[in-house]
Amino acid sequence: MTEKPLIRINKLNVEFPLGRTLFGKPPMLRAVNDVSLDIMPGQFYGLVGESGSGKTTLGRAILRAVPISSGEITFEDSNVKYNVGGLAKKELKNYRKLAQLIFQDPYAALSPRMTVRDIIAEPLEVMGLTQTREETDERVRDIAAKCRLNLEHLRRFPHAFSGGQRQRISIARTLVCNPNFVVADESVAALDVSIQADILNLLQSLQNQLGLTFLFISHDLSVVAHICDHVAVMYLGTLVESAPTRKLFDNPSHPYTKALLSAIPSLDPDDRGNAQKLEGEIPSPANPPPGCKFHTRCPMAEDRCRKEVPQWRELSEDHFAACHLV
Amino acid sequence: MSLLKVENLNLQFRTDEGLITAVENVSFEINAGEVLGLVGESGSGKSVTAKSLMQLNPSNSVYSPESSIKLELENGGVDVLSLKSPRELVVVRGGAVSMIFQEPMASFAPALTIGYQMVEQLMIHTSMSKKESAALSVEMLERVGISDAGKRFHQYAFELSGGMRQRAMIAMALSTKPKVLIADEPTTALDVTIQAQVLDLMKDLVKEFGMAILFITHDLGVIAQVADRVAVMYLGRIVESGPVREVLHSPSHPYTKGLLHALPKLDALDEPLTPIPGDIPSPLERPPGCVFHTRCPEVLADRCNSSVPQRTNVGQDHFASCFAVDSTGKAA
Repeated sequence: MTEKPLIRINKLNVEFPLGRTLFGKPPMLRAVNDVSLDIMPGQFYGLVGESGSGKTTLGRAILRAVPISSGEITFEDSNVKYNVGGLAKKELKNYRKLAQLIFQDPYAALSPRMTVRDIIAEPLEVMGLTQTREETDERVRDIAAKCRLNLEHLRRFPHAFSGGQRQRISIARTLVCNPNFVVADESVAALDVSIQADILNLLQSLQNQLGLTFLFISHDLSVVAHICDHVAVMYLGTLVESAPTRKLFDNPSHPYTKALLSAIPSLDPDDRGNAQKLEGEIPSPANPPPGCKFHTRCPMAEDRCRKEVPQWRELSEDHFAACHLV
Repeated sequence: MSLLKVENLNLQFRTDEGLITAVENVSFEINAGEVLGLVGESGSGKSVTAKSLMQLNPSNSVYSPESSIKLELENGGVDVLSLKSPRELVVVRGGAVSMIFQEPMASFAPALTIGYQMVEQLMIHTSMSKKESAALSVEMLERVGISDAGKRFHQYAFELSGGMRQRAMIAMALSTKPKVLIADEPTTALDVTIQAQVLDLMKDLVKEFGMAILFITHDLGVIAQVADRVAVMYLGRIVESGPVREVLHSPSHPYTKGLLHALPKLDALDEPLTPIPGDIPSPLERPPGCVFHTRCPEVLADRCNSSVPQRTNVGQDHFASCFAVDSTGKAA
């Protein structure tokens, strides 16, 4: 590909201090460990993993919502280039006009004391993107229509809406400032299946209409398979596999990806219990195992896995994995 | 002989806005050794139905006079809704009926050890001594696959991981040897890999203890994996019920079909997702006639909005309440 990536992450590390000590440095918890990935413009990039795998932290690091310990994140479109880690206050504000977040829980994300119109207009006012009230109203109406909310909805308060409608309001607020890049962190996890499909379709049509790039964070592989064109799998802060969706689901290489796929409960009652089950639980990130981090649960683990950290290798075009055995 | 029989359960909540119908004409039965799956979206009344089996609904709930919940035990039947005092209710609250909740962190008391809570309930429900209760509790913790059970027994809920807490919850619910186990979204808060472990464990335990399980979930995949029979709920009514294979392979009710179509499937990645149109109506604006007619793609103009469809037999032991299906199970 000759196209330049919109987001380029190079050896990113995010660490949090574990408690405080009187002298010296406290022990650090490494939530994201040496992650490198590129997100192309217009891509629907999926990030999957269990809870505690660091996927949310990675998403937040890209938005500079958590401090970056080391490594580089660059954001580059046709007009600007930002080194996300080194942004000063004013530049950070400009960057956030371009990179936005959709939250998981539409019940917690909307202020109960504001009307829907005010909720959607708030980013425009805070960022000073519009001068007059008429201009603000016009942009709010425009984005609301794109998210299938009508004028009547704008006058009401969030309590009058169902989960799916609230998530549409939340999406409208995210998109009102015309961002290029959106992190959707478990944005359909709290919704019922019948509504979930509706929101997924909406995100897809908005991406086509507005030319957005998405980082879609989810624990649900079947949702990711449907909506994303590229998927990366995370385990304990590191990437274990990444490939275009089709390749990953047709030909998963890393034992962790295979286990995740086979753990999805099948809709066919005749297909019971023949899945490859994973033993144990994800270890604490405060005390990660040496070597390959997955070796404690890996059904194929060898001696080497317990000592050496596996390299991130290209298996076939655009398909990467970090495992000694593939 | 069915172990638990629910007939014509009608439940309303008294609120400032008037009576709100939560459950309407719900009937089902579960046999010993059987898993009945209860599926539905949020607001469909599945948790409220489960809680009425233990009379755990708040004091503003009103059961209609024809509602009946019968429990068959060795020493005679129990009419659950006629139980009044907390002392009488012990039999359905942890005695013959136990419950596993969705969020194990919220269901354990944070300031008491796991062991203390397990022993406490055994002392209430059985005639065991404290020592025997403690021994049984540790044994149960081992049985559900908790390593180092002796140590875990003395720990607090926050010291265990999510999967382990849910295992401890199951151990606690099963230690009184209940006849009926109610599992309300027991795996929803867990990761898929842990969910698979917990589902396996529950399947083993049904075989071993031979109890009846009412398994509540919104996830049809989980239902396909554990249930023998399934009942689909929408706005307080059971719209379809039958053996799990029948219902998932040849669904009759438009709502069940809609749920299945809306689900992303790994073996059909190119098929577009079809959401069920519209949103679940607010309980204050309960639609007349068939409750699903406001969102139904197969709605019949003159019937569905005025009269309530009756339960129709659409296959062996397979029922649906819909005007658009006849007894062959196909659209009329």
